[in-house]
Amino acid sequence: MELVVERDAQGVVPARPVGAAPASGWRRLALAHFAVAFGAFGVAALIAVMQALSRANTALPFRSPAIFYLSVTAHGVLMALVFTTFFIMGLGYVVARTALGRELVSERLGWAAFVVSALGTVLAVAVILAGEATVLYTFYPPLKAHPLFYIGATLLVAGSWLWCAVMLRSYRVWRRDHPQEPVPLAMHGMLATVIVWLLATAGVAAEMLFLLIPWSLGLRETVDPVLARTLFWWFGHPLVYFWLLPAYTLWYAVLPRQVGGKLFSDPLARLVFVLFILFSTPVGFHHQFMDPGIAGGWKLAHTVSTYAILLPSFITAFTVIASLEVAGRLRGARGLFDWIPRLPWSDPFFASVALAMLTFAAGGFGGAINAAFGMNAMVHNTAWVQGHFHLTVGTAVALTFMGASYWLLPQLTGRPLRLRSLARVQPYLWFFGMLTFSVVSHATGLMGMPRRVYDASYGGHPAAQAWQAWTGLSALGGVVLFVSAMSFVTVMVASATNPRRQEASAIVYAEPLEALPRSRPVWDRFGLWAAVAVLLVVAAYGYPLWSLLRLERFGSPGYSPF
Amino acid sequence: MRVHLYERIWIGVAIGLVLLFLAAIGYGAYAFSAHPPSHVETIDPRRAREDARFARPGVRVRPDGRVEVVVLAQLFSFAPREIRVPAGRPVTFRLTSPDVIHGFQIVGTNGNAMVVPGYVSEFTTVFREPGEYLIVCNEYCGLGHHMMHGKLIVMPEGV
Repeated sequence: MELVVERDAQGVVPARPVGAAPASGWRRLALAHFAVAFGAFGVAALIAVMQALSRANTALPFRSPAIFYLSVTAHGVLMALVFTTFFIMGLGYVVARTALGRELVSERLGWAAFVVSALGTVLAVAVILAGEATVLYTFYPPLKAHPLFYIGATLLVAGSWLWCAVMLRSYRVWRRDHPQEPVPLAMHGMLATVIVWLLATAGVAAEMLFLLIPWSLGLRETVDPVLARTLFWWFGHPLVYFWLLPAYTLWYAVLPRQVGGKLFSDPLARLVFVLFILFSTPVGFHHQFMDPGIAGGWKLAHTVSTYAILLPSFITAFTVIASLEVAGRLRGARGLFDWIPRLPWSDPFFASVALAMLTFAAGGFGGAINAAFGMNAMVHNTAWVQGHFHLTVGTAVALTFMGASYWLLPQLTGRPLRLRSLARVQPYLWFFGMLTFSVVSHATGLMGMPRRVYDASYGGHPAAQAWQAWTGLSALGGVVLFVSAMSFVTVMVASATNPRRQEASAIVYAEPLEALPRSRPVWDRFGLWAAVAVLLVVAAYGYPLWSLLRLERFGSPGYSPF
Repeated sequence: MRVHLYERIWIGVAIGLVLLFLAAIGYGAYAFSAHPPSHVETIDPRRAREDARFARPGVRVRPDGRVEVVVLAQLFSFAPREIRVPAGRPVTFRLTSPDVIHGFQIVGTNGNAMVVPGYVSEFTTVFREPGEYLIVCNEYCGLGHHMMHGKLIVMPEGV
């Protein structure tokens, strides 16, 4: 491990006596974000187990369509938008502070971002719980929610833009002092996340500000649902990469070191993040294959760019697995596969991340089926889709974030992890619970069971009877997942309140196997790649949006059948 | 940028796989017309029920011999609730919604389309197997979403 010395000097936080002093400013900022993220996660998990049991037609108290659909909305918003966004913002501050080795620019702006996002979350969630916004987390008009739902969601995004400003400004100040160096890889990954997020949220911001907010306030009479869906999916697919890229950052820049190895290839990791900047956004029509009003040729064009985005994930699979092999061999492995059992499978961070990656391989291939122009009709809006994204965001991303929390929390609070044996079991419970839930969802989806239905019995039709036979098994998966989620939250709360203190340990990132180049690589030209990405978005959406706007369109008034 | 030999091989394989997938999709799209419903036609959703194109939902035979099925998807039912079509002949579905977005999925077939107010969805398919198929709304549309279903009866050829 003697290879890279010079870089480490940049990457390491000057060791501080964390154990003695209370959390310093940036630590408190990050911890506040994680607290909101874990709170949202816990509530959403509680809601989820109720849905799984309800779907299996279990006789629950208060079981009703109103509560079921409200809970689907709350689960989606809390998990997909609140848990992820807050965790990623917190992680971003940690990476910017520790990888760049200097203060954030600025912590005050970071707190402002937190307050705006938290306020938006409270507004949106309150309206959902009041039953005024049962429109699911996709909020397709002409389903119409209370205006505060849209305003709250917009504030959540607006807060995240301030986070982007902190990240970009911190990077620029660092870059001014280090004009010729490669940016530390962890920060490279987080900057890619920031750029993808800015590109993505332009779509949903336009949908909110020009269509949904004025419409829900009564300033606009009608809304065109296809235009709204197009703007939503401009946002909705890169949203997936906003979740995934921080997980990739952890796989590349943290995992190899945690298992005692080195990153197999630094330049390829950078190339991967650049490919995501380029191809994350011009792909949205693969969510609208079944939509009228969009010409088939454009759907095919988006299919091509969607498949292009398989490439960086294929490269990641190689680099990360090679890094793990390096670690196994450094731990004394010989032979072809001996490095696998040598890895620390009982370490909660490693187990979480390894199981997350394994799951992502399966989820990725399912995604290739969803994105297939001709095959999508078989699975569109069936339970297959929920099976798919519970493997990808629900496991590859969420389990990585949980694993990262086991690693990060003690370093941020200066308090060691408690309930270690529970933490050891938790990732495996999640993995097997999700496997059960997801395999059943994929299977029943292929049988034709629609997603997001309160009761899938359809008057006892034989097709429905066939899939109803399986819902009990997916409910069992849901219960295991719930136990896992509560174990995670319990370990987090117990550790955060641990009266014992531990010595300060710096947050250190993985070193590459081969020394880094001395000059700034082309993959670090973020302005250039962002500009190319904008051109690709214009190419993918410019003409279709223009031709949509030119149609003689009739908007829809709002409906609130909930 | 130095890239390890094994990595080069793997990247080559990955690019090959992606191109293979795309070639399969392109071949399916052109050789078997395996493409999603992408009809572009608009309609005033507030007048959809009176519009000549949707005033009488049901099954009819076009002058060119094609079977046409006109369906109105609405909160929380399909009109007509029961559809009868012959097996082995191309059937063209034309759908719209007078209220919110619905889904139209014929379980056990590749019949699947979003039904969006303000637009007419259209797709053509052939049912080879006679029998009774379940039609479900697969896009959340409100509290009665799970009650929104219908029936497709495919009659043997020549009946």
